[in-house]
Amino acid sequence: MSTQATGTSVTHSVVVEAPIERAFKVFTEQFGGFKPREHNLLAVPIAETVFEPRVGGHIYDRGTDGSECRWARVLAYEPPNRLLLSWDISAQWRIEPDPAKTSEWEVRFIAESAQRTRVEIEHRKLERHGQGWEGVRDGVGSERGWPLYLQRYADLIARQG
Amino acid sequence: MTNGNVQLAVLADPTRRAVLELVAERPRSVAEITRALPVTQSAVSQHLKVLREAQLVRAKPKGASNIYHIDPEGLAALRAELDRFWSKTLAAYKAVVEQPQEEP
Repeated sequence: MSTQATGTSVTHSVVVEAPIERAFKVFTEQFGGFKPREHNLLAVPIAETVFEPRVGGHIYDRGTDGSECRWARVLAYEPPNRLLLSWDISAQWRIEPDPAKTSEWEVRFIAESAQRTRVEIEHRKLERHGQGWEGVRDGVGSERGWPLYLQRYADLIARQG
Repeated sequence: MTNGNVQLAVLADPTRRAVLELVAERPRSVAEITRALPVTQSAVSQHLKVLREAQLVRAKPKGASNIYHIDPEGLAALRAELDRFWSKTLAAYKAVVEQPQEEP
């Protein structure tokens, strides 16, 4: 497995012993089965994670109480080669309702042989989430509300994307 | 002071915020920023120095002058978080996809 981080993107890849069709099928149909457990923006544990296999669909978590969290939009669905999704989660790990402030992740499936597939993930356009937010958040801690200028700063940076 | 507190304090100055907003719109030189604001070039340079020290902007030399960009290191914490997420996700995915399949 390899990792690469540049300015505004994160790239990961893995080679799996499976034909490309199966690699794609497992990725989309069983996404909830391998997504890290702690990746949960709901107030309750996740009952299931649904990956809707079509452009315009979502990935959403459904909680044990029936609540839902839609945290990715399917922007491209091209079996068995490629997926493109949005990442509608802010740097504060909350749902980001403004699509202009969301990043995107592309999943590429490349057949290395009949039984072996390379899966590459490029999570990019991170600058859309707003520069320096993480550091700023750490600085203001639990203070109530954001100073107006920080909000404006974040809005501006997001518009830049 | 933590890095976040430094950035907060740096942005308390309205002229400095204006400088940052101009750089955020698109990369600009000191002269371009000065033309857009009612302050002297040396004042703009001073603000840029402070913004640089707070890791909010970054300078790239171009010819005789510098072009100022938003600093991508501001995203380091988010990148680290996503790195952890994707490493774990792909490792778990590999385990699932390589499980022996039951014959139908």
